[in-house]
Amino acid sequence: MSKRVVVVGGGISGMQTALSLKSLGIEPLILEQSRQLGGKVADWHLLFPSFTPAQEVIAPLIRAVRQNGILVRFGCKVVSIESRRVILSSAERIDCDAVVLCSGSTLFDASIKEEYGYGIYDNVYTSADIERMMNNECVATANGTAPERIAILHCVGSRDEKVCQRHCSKVCCITGVKQAIELKKLFPKAEIFNFYMDIRMFGPGYEELYRTAQIDYNIHFVRGRISEASPLMNGRVQIKAEDTLTGRPLRMSVDMLVLMIGMRANDDNAFLSSSSGAELAPSGFFKSRNSFIDNVLSTKDGIFLAGTISSPKTIGQSLNEATTVAHRVAEYLNYGN
Amino acid sequence: MRRSNWEDYQKSIADDHYYYGRSCIRQNFFPGSEKAFLEILSKELGKDVFDDPLHSSCTGIGYHSDIVPLDTIMAVVARQFALMDEAGYENFVTSCITSFGIYTEILATWEEFPETEERAAKTLYEATGRKLVKPKNMAHTSDVIFHFRKQIAQKMCRPLINAATGEPLRVVEHIGCHYAKIFPKKGIGGSEFPYVLAGMIESWGGEVVDYPERRHCCGFGFRNYLVQANRGYSVANSQKKLESMAPYRPDFIVCNCPGCSMFLDKWQYTIAEMEGTTYGQGGQGIPVLTYEEMAGLVLGYDPWQLGLQMHQVNVEPLLNKMGVQYDPTTKYLGKNGKYIGRPAASVVNNDCDSGLYEMKL
Repeated sequence: MSKRVVVVGGGISGMQTALSLKSLGIEPLILEQSRQLGGKVADWHLLFPSFTPAQEVIAPLIRAVRQNGILVRFGCKVVSIESRRVILSSAERIDCDAVVLCSGSTLFDASIKEEYGYGIYDNVYTSADIERMMNNECVATANGTAPERIAILHCVGSRDEKVCQRHCSKVCCITGVKQAIELKKLFPKAEIFNFYMDIRMFGPGYEELYRTAQIDYNIHFVRGRISEASPLMNGRVQIKAEDTLTGRPLRMSVDMLVLMIGMRANDDNAFLSSSSGAELAPSGFFKSRNSFIDNVLSTKDGIFLAGTISSPKTIGQSLNEATTVAHRVAEYLNYGN
Repeated sequence: MRRSNWEDYQKSIADDHYYYGRSCIRQNFFPGSEKAFLEILSKELGKDVFDDPLHSSCTGIGYHSDIVPLDTIMAVVARQFALMDEAGYENFVTSCITSFGIYTEILATWEEFPETEERAAKTLYEATGRKLVKPKNMAHTSDVIFHFRKQIAQKMCRPLINAATGEPLRVVEHIGCHYAKIFPKKGIGGSEFPYVLAGMIESWGGEVVDYPERRHCCGFGFRNYLVQANRGYSVANSQKKLESMAPYRPDFIVCNCPGCSMFLDKWQYTIAEMEGTTYGQGGQGIPVLTYEEMAGLVLGYDPWQLGLQMHQVNVEPLLNKMGVQYDPTTKYLGKNGKYIGRPAASVVNNDCDSGLYEMKL
């Protein structure tokens, strides 16, 4: 009888984990909280740095899950993980031989950074809002006009002790560059300013895209944080910032303020950790057994990690972890036999 | 503005039995405000407020000017709390934002560093023989007025509405830095979108005006004002705010903090005299009220009994808009009809004071 592994989460990591497990002869069961597969990537428009449509990643994975007959249960919220058993909010108990946590992370709620007025002022958006607007082909200011000046603020809910999010969310810098280029393509006459602390272009093609943004698209990069946003009578947003390279404060009015929101740990991690015994890092993400050869293992035997459940990651890194974790699960199950 | 997030910042405000801590500045510049607070609480709302003549300054201005050391101010605050306990009260309400910030900061310090509380209690006992008992509830007077804003609205006879047009009056609210910028969760609405004054304005029929420099400091800043050489900086801060709010054509400004009420009012006079610039309608300044004065007006109190003649910018344009009946000849008559003097004609008031009133001398 084949072993059963519960995969918590049906995003890209969960789907790839299940596919890899299946290819190794292990029976995966995906438990997805929502009513569809794809996770957060399904809401994205184009992916950095290649501007690949997100659906070109999601659709093949979903198709493969279906073609391989992988069992998926929707609307399942896992509330507890015990030894070889997960318990759902419906009180149903599902026995298994191992659990892979692929439930990802949560986008930072920009309204917590009250000084930017998200949810209060018109024309203040998040990076996720922009992706949604791009998907719906309706990028515009609140009154439907084309923006003439756009400010993009990096590190909203990342590297910010005031909101208890000390970690770097990794993908926001390149997302800011990507969205700046997309917005410039949509609104060629618009001035676009990216406000940043550091520009962290760590991935292949990222640094090149950053240069392309400046050279080919004339996108401005200002090293400094925006301290506050305020509404103006004409519906525009006034921002205050400090340009730390010139050492001068600046005040600017823009038609759109876009907040690059980071990834934070899921609230659910706390009770999943306490019930399972798998430890959390100080950031609230699940802690890997170590950062090198056991980075997909939690601190508890039989519980594995893939994707942004353990830290912010790119799509490529999450998919790689999903493949790796399947092999580590197989090793674990064979060793157990 | 969809400022519903104030509901995330709730604080406990006692319903009755308050020990009242007065403000140094307000007793000098807006004495009618504190009197109005006591009258509204006791006569309108039937609440018990103890106005204790034994309590002293909190010494906050000295503390923020580096004249009064931390241990000294802690001992002074400990004495205020001891007086409250001796009077049989446990809810402290203070009339000053600086004091509110001081009390909140010291209570938080005592919580975080218990040895400092022990030291303050010891100093208090050695100096006065008194025992430190901390309040169960700490509030600013505006918190209390906010707490009862709906009861006040039920008794309201002059809403914040333009009597001629029926339109809501447009009101700029200014909170003051030490109300919530130090401890956002101790202020109603937090520090970015405070609701304590906005809630009063909305409950009483007015419309809150948001403007780009809403969060900016009035310019008091203690040393900005106390050091004479820095006063230009203080004026510049007020000017920045006034220029930002003027295009929104506010009917008046309401302030939370004694210093802000004073500076947003008196610096308008200064700017007008220096540059000839005024920010209100009809070439005049924008009237500045305290929240008790605003509450008193909506409750139908006489404007001169409220002390509105103490403001540098004339309030008559606002009174006329609200349809307030007032006797101009009694404006400068103080207690028992004694003439209190009158200001010289000024640019901020469009020189309209000169010879306008026939005084009842």
